[in-house]
Amino acid sequence: MDQITTEDFRVINNCLMIRLPEEVDHYGAGFICENADRYLMDEEVKNVVFDFENTRFMDSSGIGIIMGRHRKISCFGGHVYIIHADRQIRRILKVSGLEKIVEVLES
Amino acid sequence: MRNEMEISFDAVSVNEGFARVAVAAFVSPLNPTLEELDDIKTAVSEAVTNSIIHGYENLYGYGGPKGTPHDQVRSDPGKVQVYCLLENDVLHIRITDRGKGIEDIEKAMEPLFTTKPELERSGMGFAFMEAFMDDLEVESRPGEGTVVRMKKKMGAGDWINV
Repeated sequence: MDQITTEDFRVINNCLMIRLPEEVDHYGAGFICENADRYLMDEEVKNVVFDFENTRFMDSSGIGIIMGRHRKISCFGGHVYIIHADRQIRRILKVSGLEKIVEVLES
Repeated sequence: MRNEMEISFDAVSVNEGFARVAVAAFVSPLNPTLEELDDIKTAVSEAVTNSIIHGYENLYGYGGPKGTPHDQVRSDPGKVQVYCLLENDVLHIRITDRGKGIEDIEKAMEPLFTTKPELERSGMGFAFMEAFMDDLEVESRPGEGTVVRMKKKMGAGDWINV
């Protein structure tokens, strides 16, 4: 299973792009949060894009990651976007109610 | 058709993936739909993660991939046990830990409630288990551990005879 590395974080204009790993669960969630927050602090990015292209599994840990980032940037007018979410990821977003809070973009 | 399995493993975060894949592999002879497999994997992942980080408070793996300082942290040598029974197209899953137990089960099962907000988890573990399985029962005593029982009726797929 591929683990996420710092190379999966990129800043484009005022957007932090995060390419998520194949499986998003509690293991590795801390790494994603810590790195994302470092970019949010250091580079003053406004928006966060979570790219699920490689992701085949996500549990509620992933919801925590997204909710946490949303909370941090929304007070400064930032948005969270989700791209390339497959059916399983969309179901998780729906059940959690998150799809009403963040923007899930059609690919 | 009746089939049983039981596994027991160290309560560390890296085993969350192992546990859900093991259960998914166990039900594969039933020819489950992708949706059923996702439901089961998610529910198992939630219950096992709860046992590890709340039952045993092993935040091992929390900080990140192997080699980071965080993955050395393991405070409890406890095990998580996963038992599965397939009977008459119903999958029964029992996930047991001998960790610290839950003080108030009703409260713990409320969506968004969490005793560890600093971990930035969503508080939706039990809500997901309820949403993705047909039946959920939680039994716990402080200081003794927690047993989570879940049931799922497996759908249309027939047994694959090899």
